[in-house]
Order: sequence, then C-alpha cells, then structure tokens
Amino acid sequence: MNTKSIVLTCASLLLCTGLARAADVEVLHWWTSGGEARSVDHLKKSLGAKGVGWKDFAVAGGGGENAMTVLKSRAVSGNPPTAAQIKGPSIQEWGDLGFLANIDAVAKSNRWDSLLPTVVSDVMKHEGKYVAAPVNVHRVNWLWANPAVFKKAGATIPTTWQDFMVQARKIQDAGMIALAHGGQAWQDATVFESIALGIGGSDYYRKAFVELDMKTLDSATTREVFRVFGEVRGLIDSNAPGRDWNVATSMVIKGEAGMQLMGDWAKGEFTAAGKTPGVDYVCVAAPGTSGSFTFNIDSFAFFNQGDAGAQKAQRAMAAEILSEDFQKVFNLNKGSIPARLGMARDEFDSCAHASMDAFLASAQTGGLVPSFAHGMAVSEAVSGAIYDTATNYLNSRQSVEDGVKQLVAAIKSAQ
Amino acid sequence: MNWLEKMLPKLVLAPTTVAMIVCMYGFMIWTGALSMTRSRMLPQWEFVGFDQYVRLFQNPRWEVALNNLWIFGFLFIAISLVLGLVLAILLDQKIRGEGFIRTVYLYPMAISFIVTGTAWKWIMNPGLGLEKLMRDFGFETFEFRWLVDQEMAIYTIVIAAVWQSSGFVMAMFLAGLRGVDDSLIKASQIDGASAWQAYWHVILPILRPVFFSAVMILAHIAIKSFDLVQALTAGGPGYASDLPANFMYTYAFNRAQMGVGAASAVIMLFGVLAILVPYLYSELRSQRK
Repeated sequence: MNTKSIVLTCASLLLCTGLARAADVEVLHWWTSGGEARSVDHLKKSLGAKGVGWKDFAVAGGGGENAMTVLKSRAVSGNPPTAAQIKGPSIQEWGDLGFLANIDAVAKSNRWDSLLPTVVSDVMKHEGKYVAAPVNVHRVNWLWANPAVFKKAGATIPTTWQDFMVQARKIQDAGMIALAHGGQAWQDATVFESIALGIGGSDYYRKAFVELDMKTLDSATTREVFRVFGEVRGLIDSNAPGRDWNVATSMVIKGEAGMQLMGDWAKGEFTAAGKTPGVDYVCVAAPGTSGSFTFNIDSFAFFNQGDAGAQKAQRAMAAEILSEDFQKVFNLNKGSIPARLGMARDEFDSCAHASMDAFLASAQTGGLVPSFAHGMAVSEAVSGAIYDTATNYLNSRQSVEDGVKQLVAAIKSAQ
Repeated sequence: MNWLEKMLPKLVLAPTTVAMIVCMYGFMIWTGALSMTRSRMLPQWEFVGFDQYVRLFQNPRWEVALNNLWIFGFLFIAISLVLGLVLAILLDQKIRGEGFIRTVYLYPMAISFIVTGTAWKWIMNPGLGLEKLMRDFGFETFEFRWLVDQEMAIYTIVIAAVWQSSGFVMAMFLAGLRGVDDSLIKASQIDGASAWQAYWHVILPILRPVFFSAVMILAHIAIKSFDLVQALTAGGPGYASDLPANFMYTYAFNRAQMGVGAASAVIMLFGVLAILVPYLYSELRSQRK
C-alpha cells in the first residue's frame, strides 16, 4: 500500500472513533456490592442500546459518604459529573447552590407527575421544577431472618422489642450470633432508627427526628429507645466493628447469625446468593413497626452541563430511569420497589409485594416516614450528629441518661 | 553579568518560595478566615465570629480526638526515639550482616500508611489475627481485643505507627553515630568509663541535632496520621480512636460543616506551634552558641 492510502485509512478510522464517542454520561454512585452492581449494569446496558456511553464513577462506601465528598470537590472545581446519586434534603441543598439542571421538559413529556406518588416527586423537585429522577423506593425497617437458625434454636420471629430480646438470647444459647451487624456509624444509626420507630411509633419519630422538636427528643420515650438500643450491645459479636453491611448479610445467609436489621437492599444479596424468600430467608417488618414504612428513595440528580451533547445524554438518561423496563429490572436486582406507580407485580417476589402493600397502606395512615439514618429526613449535619451519638453509645458503656443528653446537645449544635 | 551571578540563587529559589508562601501561609490564613464564617457544605463568606469554635469545643467527639492526639503523639515519638536509638546502637557494634539487617528494619518505612493500617488491622483482629493464632496454638483464654476496645483502640494505632517509623529513626541515629569521632570514644575508655557511661555522657550529647531532626519528623508524621487511622480503625469503635485530622475531614467534607472543620484545623495548627516553636527556638539558639 502506498503512503496516501495509509494516511486516508487512518484519517477515516479516526473520524469514525470521533463520531462513535457521541455523548457520554459520567455517573457518580456508590453501588458496589453484588446485587447493586448488577442493577447499575442494567442501566448502563439500556443506555448503551440508545447510543449513550457510560463513564462509571463508582466510589465505594456503603453510606455514600465518600462519594459525596468526591462530588463536592468535583462540583467546586467546576467539573461536575453528568449525574450523581444524591437523595433527600441534599437535593435541595445542591439546588440552592445552583448546581442542578432543570429536567422539567423530560418530566412533562413523560407525565412524571402522574407516575410518581407526591411524597416521592416532592423530593425530586427544587422550587417546583424537577432536578432529579427517582430510581426506587427502599424500605429501611426490615428484619431479615434465617428460619433454619431459628428452628435450631427453638425460637420464633419476634414482633415486639421485648420479644426480640427473648428470642435473641435463645439463638445465642444455641451457639449462634443473634444479630449480624456491621460496626459502621450508618449501620448503628439504621438499627437505632428501627428501634426508635418501633418503640415510639411514627408520630414520635416524625416529631423527634424530622421536625427535631427538643421536648420530644428529651423525653421518656427517647430514654426507652436508648435502653433497648443498649441491650443490642450484648447481641452482636466482637468482630462487628468496621464490618461492611453485606458481610453481615452473608453471616445470615450462611447460618452463622439469626437476624439482621437492614434495609431491603439486603434482599439483593440474598437474591444474588440464589436464596428464595420464605424458604431460605424470611423478611418481616422490624419489631413494632409493622404499620410503618421508613422510606429511602435513591435518585440521580443532574448537574448543569455546558455541552449540548452532554445535555442530550442527560435527558436520555432521565427518561430511561423512569421507563417501565428499567424500573422493573433494576428493582428486581436491587431488592427495592419501583418508584413508578402502577407497574405489574407478577415478577416481584413476596417480600417486594409486602413492601408495595405497606407503602400504599402507610401513605394513607401516616406511617410513611423518611429515614434519618439514610439522609432523607434531615440535613447531613444533623444526621451526622445522630450517627456520632448512636455509634458512640453502641460501642461504649455510656448510660441512657448520658446518651440522651449527648443526642440533644449534638442535634442542637448541628443546626 | 555580575548582577545575574549574584541574583541567581535567589532567582532559582523564588518559584519555590512563592509557592510556599501562597500554598502554605496563604491557605493557612484562608482556613483561619473560613473558620470564622457560617460555611456549611461549601464556603460561604458570612462572618459569625467565634461561633464555630464554641460549637467545636462543645462537641464530645472533638474532646476525644484532642485527647487521642496527645496520647498518640507522646507515645509514638517517645517509643520511636527509644526503639530507634537502641536499634542503632546495637547495629553500630560492627556485627556481621549489618547491611542486610539495616535494610530489613528500614523496609516498613517504604510502604504507605494505608498498607500498614490494613495489615495491622488483620493482625490485631480478634477473630482473624493474633488472638485466633494463639488460641489455635492452645492458649485457650488468650485475649488481644485492643482493636475493638474503646479504651485501648488508640494504642493499636501507636503500635502500627511505631512499627513503621522506628526503622527510619534508627537509620538517622546510625548515621549520627557513624559521625562520632573515634578519638572521643577512645579517650573516654582511657579515662575508665564503662560502655554505658561512654554512651550516656559522651555520645548521646553529640547526637542532640539528630534527636532534634528525629523529633521534628516524628511530630509531623504524628499530626499527619489520617490515613493510618482510616485504614486501621476508621476512627472506631464508635469514634474512640479518632484523631483531629480525621475529625476535620469528617466534619468539613462529610458532614457539611466546613466552618467547624476549619476551626478544628486552626486549633490543630496552634497546638502544633505551641510545642514546636519553643523547641525550635531553644535548639537553634543552643546551636548558635
């Protein structure tokens, strides 16, 4: 071949690659465990089928703390990713700072207002305009149990916190760990939250942890919550500090532990391990919370992009997130329920059905509450203060009185 | 040409000096200013005086972090110095294989704190590491639970940090010992001093500049210990092994309380200055004498 044809071939090849790299979305998230990674993969594939490339930007760290830190540095340096996994009041904080892109056009053409329950769409809007797309609705107040462990110990699945202590001791006497737990601040706060909801009820929960009413926080109910939380110290094993949530779930899967108090993303782990609900594992509401639903809505917020190609890709991603196919496959893999209303239920398992029913029922009765342990109810500063108090209390021999005092002081100082 | 020759050293050093002034001192002042503002998630220039400092000192986690810094700093520097000195003296005895042993002791310094933290986390984990090993050997009731004990977690960080840095201190002291004039030692031997007396009264005083450098470097490593804590205990259990650097990172970047984080950084700076400036002054003054 002579030089001219070589040059022409190379030039045309280069041109092709330039065309193929049309529009990429760079997405920041912290879904790195088994079930979660599969769910993200599905979004990547369906966007790829529409010609939108995916630049993954996964930052591990179950509570999302690390990812949020990285996001702040990127946003401040003027180079935010196309979309980021932001949820709850943080969406409002970012919107107030002027970083988020308006995707109302996509929302209107796809009739999002009629497809989403108000409690969900309110979180996605900043000053009345959509800036984020909800992916799912998680229920946090679940108790996951291994029936084989219970059978061996001669225990029954508890429905009240008093009963929980009794059954847990039975499991311990049979030589197994009662409660599988990972000693990280957000996990300690998740257990604390379920206890608060179970003992105080949804009215107390809302007053104390959403409205942050000081009198409710400094009450006898809170002292009871701390007392029960203190009893949990004796039910977890000594290797708990620092353990990841999915390692704790695997303890239940393998039959080393009887129960785990974790949100329904734990179901994704059971599914990924090939276990069947009702047979290999059982999902019940956390003790005392059967009429309540602590919600945690995962969503992707979209950042202002200068490039027109990036904006187009953003809109494609937003539309894809709320599509029936994505909502179905994503939630089947993740363990949560779709944010989109009116979807077919037949492919979802019994735990998901229970979750969907509880979601609709609790919306009527007022038992639908945002999760403070997962950044849905209060700002990062306040939830951080609760994290500190909960983790310090669980890991020390602090008295109930001191625990309550620290909680009240920390929340006051974080506002 | 003459002018250029005279100015050349200053010109060559100028970029570094400017970078230092802007990056170190400029940003120190910026952080100080930030600590007096209402900043939450991102910097906001609304001045609120010493409000953030009040919030900082009301925070129980900060109290724990400060306490830990004194415990960790003091133990880490003291043990590293003693261990490094002893190792250097022993290596100085003209033994066989000295080069090999010296390299082995220096190796820990070559790995990053994250690797050290992770490895020691596995070693000190009750269910996986030392405790399990001893129990498998037959010592059924052996317990080494420091890593998950609220009171003792900070000491595990001391262990890992000393392991990493004593080799380096040893290398510094070894170099210093090699620089001691042979005639001085011979003179003390003629005077009838035992080995111990020779070391304590003659050689160690000569090594004072080396002590000074070692303390400076160890102090800077102690203040800097963020990655070691993150890898080894993640501040846990609870926040019992938190150090101010971790506190500052968590509050400034994770908790959207940048004002409090900046205030904690300023307090750290003052704490360090309060100790190092007098030491620096006394050492440099005595050297000039």
